[in-house]
This record gives sequence, structure tokens and C-alpha cells, in this order.
Amino acid sequence: MSTLGKITRRTFLVTSAAVAGGVVFGTYKYKQAVPNPLLNSDGSANPEFASLNPYIKIDQEGVTVITPRAEMGQGIQSTLAMLVAEELDLDWKRVKTEHGPASNSYYVGIMLEAMAGHMYDHSTKANIIRDLSHIPAKFLGLQITGGSMSTADAFVKMRSAGASARLALTLAAAQQWGVKATTLKTQDGHVINPASGEKLAYTALAAKAATIEAPAEPPLRDPSQWRYLGQSMPRLDIPAKVDGTAEFAIDVKQPDMLHATVKMSPRFGAGIKSSDTTKAETMKGVEKVITLDNHGFAVIADNTWRAFKAADAIDVEWGEVSYPQDTAGIFKIYEESFLAEPNGTYDEQGDVELVFADAGQNLVEAEYRVPYLAHSTMEPMTAVAQVKDGRVDIWTGSQAPTSLRDAIMAVDELTEDSVHIHTTLLGGGFGRRSETDFAVSAYKIAKQTNGKPVKVTWSREEDMQHDFYRPAAIARFKGVMGLKKPVALDVQIASPSIMLSMSKRSAFPALGPDALIAEGTAGQPDDIDNIRIRTYAPELDIPIGFWRSVGASYNGFVHESFMDELAVSQDLDPIAMRLEMFGDLAPTANKVVEKVAEMAGWTGRKTDKGGRGFAYTLSFGAHTAQIIDVSMTDRGISIDKVYCAIDVGTALDPRNIEAQVQSAIIYGLTSAMSGEITFENGEVVQSNYHDYPAMRMHQVPEIEVAVMENNPRITGVGEPGTPPSVPALANAIFAATGQRIRELPMNKSVDFV
Amino acid sequence: MKLTVNDKDYDVDVDVEAEMPLLWVLRDEVGLTGTKFGCGIAQCGACTVHVDGMPIRSCVYPVGQVKGKITTIETDSSSDIMSKVQEAWIEHQTPQCGYCQSGQIMSATALLSANPSPTDEEIDRAMAGNICRCGAYPRIRAAIHAAAKSIQEA
Repeated sequence: MSTLGKITRRTFLVTSAAVAGGVVFGTYKYKQAVPNPLLNSDGSANPEFASLNPYIKIDQEGVTVITPRAEMGQGIQSTLAMLVAEELDLDWKRVKTEHGPASNSYYVGIMLEAMAGHMYDHSTKANIIRDLSHIPAKFLGLQITGGSMSTADAFVKMRSAGASARLALTLAAAQQWGVKATTLKTQDGHVINPASGEKLAYTALAAKAATIEAPAEPPLRDPSQWRYLGQSMPRLDIPAKVDGTAEFAIDVKQPDMLHATVKMSPRFGAGIKSSDTTKAETMKGVEKVITLDNHGFAVIADNTWRAFKAADAIDVEWGEVSYPQDTAGIFKIYEESFLAEPNGTYDEQGDVELVFADAGQNLVEAEYRVPYLAHSTMEPMTAVAQVKDGRVDIWTGSQAPTSLRDAIMAVDELTEDSVHIHTTLLGGGFGRRSETDFAVSAYKIAKQTNGKPVKVTWSREEDMQHDFYRPAAIARFKGVMGLKKPVALDVQIASPSIMLSMSKRSAFPALGPDALIAEGTAGQPDDIDNIRIRTYAPELDIPIGFWRSVGASYNGFVHESFMDELAVSQDLDPIAMRLEMFGDLAPTANKVVEKVAEMAGWTGRKTDKGGRGFAYTLSFGAHTAQIIDVSMTDRGISIDKVYCAIDVGTALDPRNIEAQVQSAIIYGLTSAMSGEITFENGEVVQSNYHDYPAMRMHQVPEIEVAVMENNPRITGVGEPGTPPSVPALANAIFAATGQRIRELPMNKSVDFV
Repeated sequence: MKLTVNDKDYDVDVDVEAEMPLLWVLRDEVGLTGTKFGCGIAQCGACTVHVDGMPIRSCVYPVGQVKGKITTIETDSSSDIMSKVQEAWIEHQTPQCGYCQSGQIMSATALLSANPSPTDEEIDRAMAGNICRCGAYPRIRAAIHAAAKSIQEA
């Protein structure tokens, strides 16, 4: 998912003006350390452990690193633990991690960087603006896992936490031994006195160290000294994921726990017109059937399956929707939106109209369409909630625990210290679990169980039909080629604003244009003399949200398909054209493209068995280039091989990065081949994996990944693999068959193995 | 109702309906939550367990029809084959979110029990019923080959 932080430019200006208005106070406040959420609210220590800072807890058993980002498969908790372990000299085999509480102290500092200029711009000015964006981000205080931000955000912060704790522990040992701290060393969880050969475990020093004020940001080790960072370390979460002991929200057990499910209006915004719950209420195991804000029901029972069965037995007639009943009608609203004023204009320079006026037959035009998409995480939405004695406990897999805490507080004007969020492992996230709906409704259900905890499990059908979908989009491209690269590019993109949809269900403001609509078409290192990108935002009350790579998930497809069409129009090699097109804007981009061409042994689009397609997208700061090979078989098109070169600036764990890139590519290819959410009678048609399929073992190609480190800044890797995968496949299919696919999913036009 | 799960006998509440899928008996009645709910219609394989060594989709398998011994991911390495599979899974750092992995491991164990050195095509067929939305497939395949090798060497 992406960043709430890519809030609009206008919002940013408002926020920065507010900060600038009190700059002395603001900077002073900004420089203050965040409160340590591991201490009691009065600042006293918990008797069970010592905490040296918000990221470190030490008890008799050892050191626990607080890794306050959701573990949804991306291995982030291991990477974050590596950052601390590196500076604190922990023994990797003994490192433990915990997600920790929901707290604004764990805010994402780089939240607003993406809107502080082009991601490929590494000039001093651009870097200063990026750094300044950390100030309003701190005041936003959002603890979010998404936007491929976690690693880059923690890179300095969590190494500093480790280094600071190491100093405090060393000073504690120095006091105990009566020697100078500078004479001591640390190794594998111990402070060592090389002169005497004595050593003291951190566990023995922790209580004293917690009383010592060590600098919060001491000097960090030079990368040449790194022991863990840069190595492929065994992930800490994996052993529990092979023996069934890993605990997801759906596995949480509490004493006297009830089981529940929901049945919500399949028509977004439409309530209950009439209903009969008598049959459901008398079914075996059912305790209670309740309504949820007139938009649905919850069945509370003694067993999940019995709750599912009773939910099916509720007889209900739903109201009508405010948006068109079917997909064709919805797309009509999209088409009409092109007639309105643009929502935003991006990257404008030169005069495209002037070039088009003289273009004659050289004008190339294309329109692309992409559908709504569901996240379909493997674990359907689930939360356990308990409301008892003025205290609320929620166990769930959340990508946004502070937003969830705030949303629950807002329901009944609760105080912050009465709401406790326990973040479990996530059975997939992809942006879906940055929403708070499923856990807030679990809270509302738990208010009706007389203090008993209740586990609320959604059926797959509820999950698929009540998502916050990747919005559909229509994109219209016009271009004129010069000798080696385009001279003019005009783009119009219509897609609803995710930020506007978000603002209707959260405290988040949506002001001005939504840059997410164009991200991935705008902001590319396109050195084109005449360019204009305009967006249009049709308004529909269909919930939309962050889906792995967000706007870039479709902008990668439309931008890169059109670049291929332009190259074909002049019989140019697409890679040669791309290297021309970068100009001097982004040397890192040139290197990933050259690398992927070398990996694939690129000589052109044709192969003996079929064709190959090329695509490149800059998203979330990571330059990513891919080449996909397809072949024709009698059972359909086979995706044989994917080559990917990605530049992450600094690769902290190469094996894990490879897994993430493969994952992002398979997520993208799945959507390209068959992903589509459609509407009939105002309701989502698809309901489960039979009609919203996922790629399976026999369809998955070999995926070769080269991880590069030329970018001046470290980047994340959860999303950047997705955007170029879709167009690389479309361009490969064109090379193999001559068929240009301009509408997704592709199985409308071709058959796959 | 008596069930034998992982070589232990469980007395399940006599009130459990015969048509209740085995998955929910295991998860909500017996309390073994390693077996996962994904789709409820035998499409995703997250709920795969063994009945007398055969892989079945427990989300659609009525508990009343269970006649044999049930093996789940929590088994104390009931077979050497499963422990080899688990070791290979760790060696290849296979899981991502991990939610589908109990089912993947149960399917892979059943495959390797019947066919100790499967080809890629045989892996494709045996694993076709197991979805992984994280796309850990390349490492699942590599881990199955690695487990096959270590079983043969044992």
C-alpha cells in the first residue's frame, strides 16, 4: 500500500505553513525525543523489564527489539531487528522481536517525502526539502506500515536506538567495574573488559543502564564494519510459520471467547430496508444477532461455522445505491469526468498542443482501461475484541494501529489510555489492513457480549465483497515521436481519488488534487520537451483504498504500454529509446535498464518461442526494470521468465529483497492475467477464488532478480516490483502475437496456460 | 464423537453436527489453529490436513465422514518426511506472511510421501490446489526439490 503521506500538495503547504508559523517552537518540539511508550504513562518503569528507549526492552531472558511495523510477509520485523542488532552487538540467534503498542512515538518520519519533489531528484535543494518534510510528519504521528517506507524510515532511527543503548550499557558496566567506558567492548549481548577478561551480560546491566542518559543519536558504524546488515540473515518469524505456531488474529485465543461473523450490505452506502433474523437467532449455537449501524448484521455464536451458517440464514432486503448499478454505468461516469476541469496537472512543460497541431499522421493515440481490484489477502479480515471494565482490547493484524486506536476512541469518545491495540502477525496486508473497518466493527460487536472476548471472522465472500478496492481507471495518451525518443506526450487519467474516499472514513483531510491518481505516469524520469499530465477524479461511493503500489499499479501499465507503442510506431528498440528518454535525469535508471538488458541477453522483441516485453517504472523511490519472456503453447500463453533489476540504494538483506520483488511481480501478474472486480445491481459480482483467481504454481515463471545499490538514498522494496510487471507482460504478448492489450485483465483478450 | 488427531485421541463435544467441516472442529472445538481458513470452498488449500496420509481440504470435509487418523501441521513430526519438508522450508526461507504455509507443507508432505523425487510438472500438479497470495511459489518449489533430495539421502 502507499502512503497516506502522499497527501496533496495543498495539504502539505497548509501543514508546513502551520509549522513555519511557529518555527522556533516547532523545531524545538521536533527536536525533543518522543515519549517512550514502553514506560508507564507517568514515566515510571515497568517492573518486569528495563527499557532504554522505545525500541529496546531487556528482561532476565534477554533483549527484545520492538519492531513497530506490521509483519505481513515482507520480513520487516527481521530487517528492523538487524538495524538494532548491528549497533547493539546482539547475538542474532537470541534476538527476539515484538510489534509493541500502538503509539505515535513510532510515527513514520519519511511520510511526506514522496510529495517533496521528484523521487529521482537528488540535488541538495531536493534533499533539504525532503528533510524538512520530516517535521510535519512527526506532528502527524502516523504509525503506518505501507508505502514501502518502513526500511528507509528506520534506517537511521533504529540503528541510533541500538547505538544509544550500547553506550548506556557500556557506561553502566564502566561504573560497575570502575573503569573508563572507552576501554570496554561489546559482543553478542555482553560488555567485555579486554584488560581484565571480565564480561557482563546486558541482562545484568539493563536496570542500571536505564537510569543513564546516553546520547540519543551517537555516531553510527561505517557500513564497512557491518556484520549483519547487507547479509542474508535467517528471518526470525519463519520457524513459527512452518510448524503452525505463528499467531495471526484468527488464531488468538482468550478465555470464554465467543465467535462471530458479519453480514454487511453488499450495496455500498445502502442500508437495511427490511429484514428477518428469527431463523438465524434460533439456530444452534447462536447467542445473538445484532445490527451494525443499519448497514449490516453480526451473528454472535459459540463457533465460527455456526455463525457463518446463521449469517446465511438472515433474510434481508437492502436499499439502493447512489452509484450506477453495473460496471458499464460506472465507466460511463469515468468517461464523463474527462469533460470536467482536471483534478490536477503534473510535470507540465513545453507546449504539447503546438506539436500535435503539426503532427499529422505522426500523432499516436491510445486509450487504456483497468478494472477495480480486491486485495484478497489469504487471511480474511479478522479481529478479536474485548470491552470490559472501561478497557478495550483489540487483537488484530493492523497496518495502521494508531489510526485504529483513534477510530475506536472516536466511536464512544474514549480516552487514549483505555484502548489497547495488540498487533498480531498479518495473513497478508497489501494495503487492505491499513483500513480500520473490520476491527472497529469487532469493537462494536464486543460491546454486546457482557465483557466476553469475541473473535470476529469474515467469510471469504464478505472479505471480497467489502474491500476498499484498487480503483478502476481510464487513461488517454497522445504522443509524437522524434528521431530517437518522444517529443510530445499528453496524458489524461480518470480515476477516483483515494484520498477523498479516505477522508470520508477517517480524520484525514483531502484538499486539492490527489497526486496518487497520476503516480507512476507523473514523476518518471522522462526527458521529453513537451509534456502534460492531467487527472480527473470521478466521484462514486464505492470504497477505494491503497492496493500494493497504489496509483503506480495502473500507471505503470498505461505509461509503459504507451512507450512501447511509441517505439513500435517508429520501429525503434524500446530499450534503446528508453535510454535516450532518460537524458541526464537519473543515472540510476540508466543502470537498471542496462542491467536488465544484460541479464536477459536482450537483442530485440522476438524470441524463437514467442516474444519478450520490456518495462521500467520508478515507484517508491526504487528504479525498477523488467523483461518478461512469453511463449505460445497449445494451451495458451505461457509466462516463462521474468528478469528484474531493481535499485534499492543500500541492500540490507539481499535474500529477503529478492523474495519481496518476486512477490510483488507475482501480485502484479495475477492482476494482469485475471484480476477484475465488476458490479451488478450495485453489488460486487466476484465472491471467492473461483471467480477472482490467484496465480497458481504451474503458472509462475522463473524470476531472476538483480539487486543494485547505486541510488543515493535507501528505498523500500514491498511495492516497486509490481508496476512494471503488468506492462512488461502486455508488451511481451504484443511481441509474440501482434496483439496490443489495452484493457485489463488480459484474459478478456488472450488465454493463459 | 471421537477424533484421532496427531496420534492423540480427542473427545469432541457430542453436540457437534456431523456436517460441520473438520476445519472448524479442529480450530474452534479442539483448539488446533495451525490449520487455516482461507476460502471455505476448497479453492485455496490453506486448510489442507491429512486423513490417513491423504491430503484433504478440511474446510469442506464434514467431520462426520472422517474415518481415519487426522494429521495436522502441529503433529510432532509424525513422519520423517514432514520434518524434512519443514527443514527445507526454513533453509529456503520460504514463508512470507506464512498464512498459507501450513496447507502448503501438508500438500508437499503428501506429495513426497507418494513420490520421493517429483519433477517440476508433478510439483505443479500436486501443489495446484494451494494458493499463496504473497507469491512464495519459487521458494516452495525449490524447498520441495531440496526436501526430496534430503529424503533420498537419509
